[in-house]
Amino acid sequence: MEILRLNQISPDQLILWQLGFAKITATMVYTWFIMALLLFFSWLATHRISTDLHITRWQNLLEVIVSTIRDQIKEISQDSPDDYLAFIGTLFLFIGLSNLLTVIPGYLAPTSSLTTTAALAICVFIAVPLYGITRRGLLGYFKEYFQPTFIFFPFHVMGEFTRTLALAIRLFGNIMSHDKVIGILLAVTPLFFPIVMNALGLLIGMVQAYIFAILAMVYIASATQAHEQETQKGKH
Amino acid sequence: MDSLTVIAVSSIIAAGLTMCIGAIGPALGEGMAAKQAVSAIAQQPDEKNTIMRTLFVSLAMIESIAIYCFVISMILIFANPFWDHFISIAKGG
Repeated sequence: MEILRLNQISPDQLILWQLGFAKITATMVYTWFIMALLLFFSWLATHRISTDLHITRWQNLLEVIVSTIRDQIKEISQDSPDDYLAFIGTLFLFIGLSNLLTVIPGYLAPTSSLTTTAALAICVFIAVPLYGITRRGLLGYFKEYFQPTFIFFPFHVMGEFTRTLALAIRLFGNIMSHDKVIGILLAVTPLFFPIVMNALGLLIGMVQAYIFAILAMVYIASATQAHEQETQKGKH
Repeated sequence: MDSLTVIAVSSIIAAGLTMCIGAIGPALGEGMAAKQAVSAIAQQPDEKNTIMRTLFVSLAMIESIAIYCFVISMILIFANPFWDHFISIAKGG
């Protein structure tokens, strides 16, 4: 299989199979690969799940991951993490795994394509008002757009769009630039530096996955949290 | 100079300038944020987790400006729409 050339900045440009309008790009294939991998591991971890003292290795690993994500969500939202665990955890695991696997030769991270990151950012864009409306009602959520006065309405709307764009471009830029830097370093200093940069890439990949999940959580928390401040005011 | 040469020269210069000027602001900003975070951790080591998390999130926010510049310069060099347009005209004509 042909590997991405330096002047192609996205794995979307690598078309593996095409029939008229429909085409299968490298991005889609690797996304399916990661989905299959995540499904397989979660099946492996949960098919013999138990509340015994003796638990399997996979269940232990899963419990560590889930409880860490729960703690992080609880710290930000100051709220029960169960509502957000599925969404935020999925985002983190998918992005984290797809960034970590870049150490495998021939693998192209789906997150180094703008289409994948835009899709993930749009998920966050839809999830924020969804959580906000279910928590505070339609009126309570849209009242936030007119705070402190109605003049600020266009700025709030603009902020929604720009932060979605920022979320998508940040992840895409970081992962894509890391690929390109390694490619350029391979031409300049072939032996040692690419390995160091690869190790750095693992760190960058995990930090970006963490930041994406944390930012999504912060946006959701900002849409849901004004509610609690109001109820606290009511109690006093 | 024909239009292709003008586009090539201006794209390369603009890409270099984009990275050069665009990296100054985020670099200063990240330095200041890291400095403040380190001194805050030195004063209140108990709040390390909260400070580190806020630092990471704000670093990502600041860094995204530099990333935008990088994406723009990559587009100018590798996926320049004007270059492709004039190449297709040159091929057709």
